[in-house]
Amino acid sequence: MSWILATPIIIPFATAVLAFLFRHGPEGRWISVLGSAGLLIASVILMVEVLDQGVVAAQMGQWAAPFGITLVADLLSAVMVVITGITGLAVAIYALADVEERKEQLGYHALYQVLLAGVCGAFLTGDLFNLYVWFEVMLISSFGLLILGGQRQQLDGGIKYVTLNLISTILFLSGVGLLYGMTGTLNMADLHGAVQEVENPGLLVVIAVMFMIAFGVKAAVFPLFFWLPASYHTPAISVSAIFAGLLTKVGVYALIRMFTLVFTTDVAYTHTILLWVAGFTMVTGVLGAAAMNDFRRILSFHIVSQIGYMILGLALFTPLALVGAVFYLVHHIIVKANLFLVAGVARRIAGSTELSQIGGLYKTAPLLALLFLIPAFSLAGFPPLSGFWAKFVLIKAALEDGGYVIAAVALIVGLLTIYSMTKIWGNAFWKPHPAGLQPRLSSLPAKDRAALLTPIAALAILTCIIGLFPEPFIQFATRSAEQLLNPEIYVQTVLGAASEATQ
Amino acid sequence: MELLVALMVGVLVAASVHLMLARNVLRFIFGLVLISNAANLTIFVSGRLTPESPPLIPEGATTPVADAANALPQALVLTAIVIGFGLFAFALTLVYRTYQNLGTLNSDEMRLAEPRPAKPARAIETDSKTYIARDTQS
Repeated sequence: MSWILATPIIIPFATAVLAFLFRHGPEGRWISVLGSAGLLIASVILMVEVLDQGVVAAQMGQWAAPFGITLVADLLSAVMVVITGITGLAVAIYALADVEERKEQLGYHALYQVLLAGVCGAFLTGDLFNLYVWFEVMLISSFGLLILGGQRQQLDGGIKYVTLNLISTILFLSGVGLLYGMTGTLNMADLHGAVQEVENPGLLVVIAVMFMIAFGVKAAVFPLFFWLPASYHTPAISVSAIFAGLLTKVGVYALIRMFTLVFTTDVAYTHTILLWVAGFTMVTGVLGAAAMNDFRRILSFHIVSQIGYMILGLALFTPLALVGAVFYLVHHIIVKANLFLVAGVARRIAGSTELSQIGGLYKTAPLLALLFLIPAFSLAGFPPLSGFWAKFVLIKAALEDGGYVIAAVALIVGLLTIYSMTKIWGNAFWKPHPAGLQPRLSSLPAKDRAALLTPIAALAILTCIIGLFPEPFIQFATRSAEQLLNPEIYVQTVLGAASEATQ
Repeated sequence: MELLVALMVGVLVAASVHLMLARNVLRFIFGLVLISNAANLTIFVSGRLTPESPPLIPEGATTPVADAANALPQALVLTAIVIGFGLFAFALTLVYRTYQNLGTLNSDEMRLAEPRPAKPARAIETDSKTYIARDTQS
């Protein structure tokens, strides 16, 4: 059944080609929506398969495992691909009304689909160098999306985004080379065994820290996050939303994968660094957000702050903490992308994302206010929304592990999150519009209104479902955390599939 | 031989870090090119340098002769060079467009996406004045 693993990569690539060919007409955007729907369906089929079998692996081109490229999906990979499908489809629908024709003709939809392919590839690959290639696919398309349109602000943000991400890529590449020199393999499952036999464990920790920095830049953790708040508020709203939802989370995924599967030889050292990083990331992110006065810039800093929670789950490295990290990843992608989409609608009807220049949304657009409140409260961790359970599990894990300080930090950061959400609420929704405008949703053309609000509503409903019925999701995260902490099944599936292929 | 290549990687990294610390974005990009070459050499040398035998499988055999050169790092380096070339071309175009649009290559002056607060609070007023003075000097 190896084709199932490849479909989440092939579908977006094929869609990208078609969308590029039809970029001058209205067909292009519908091809993008259809392709994203196809991706979602493929990812759900993959998920069913993984739920049924545990870990699914396939050898590309029938080359046996440690030598060829392996695609693997365990529960974490599968759920990340499903979430990519969901946000991908939501943002593709939103883009119907958000992206201007000029950007479409420049190839917006093709770049967008290549980005999705890169993200899915990064989640599914079982080979370290292949992961590097997927990172590059993702990066190059994100560069294009970020500066598409070529406004001065975008170019300015683009310079910082491009340069800092290229440095991280080069660190990653050097790390891959050194790790290969030390172990003689690039297959992640094979590496799990090979690192145990390395003669010089000290050097291995050095390489682990190289990977930590490389993925840390991608995940935007303290003190490597500066490219994110410099660039995420500059491109089109749909681009901001998909970046906010998915890109940094690929970095977090790579950190979780490498530091549960490969670099577990000196947990006391590496995961203590991660713990400090998590704490500082949470605090600096939320303080940065408190200082901002723009809808999207506040949200950008909150991405940084929330990444801290996920890293916290990895750093504690207990079963419950990893449950929290997986749950947080899923919840965060949905909520964060949704908040950016809401910011886009606010800009459309009120004229700006600068909080001092907008207002009055609650009185004249109460539906949008409701759709903002759900993800905003979820982000801050109000029961009964999804963010509450995510934070609850993580803080419980921290307390069980004796990390009272980090638990306190996590709680205080939650409080400060409420502060910035209240700031957005008070300024954008409550206070009257400074220019006396009465922003109304009905001022949008009916078609645009449907395209903009449907994905927001769908994601908000999903947040509520996760919040009201957390049990199956927690159970799923528990199974996923078990797989992460006992990589033997993962390793056996990858390498076992290899021996079958050679027979 | 390994030592020589390792030293060369060190020199390349040192030079590129020096370039990347500059405020001029163009110098930064040149630094990136150097450091990506250093990374490529690192991969190359991690595959061990065996100058004598090419990685060819003799006719009739299924494995290459003993001590053959490792072909995998070369394949990796080749991929990395191609990707690096594409990224460099993009970065250079981006820097050129930025220069055309913003009229500067000094990264300190690139504050469009993150403008400084228009009205600094009174407490930090003296501070911001020194910043402005420094800006006008550069």
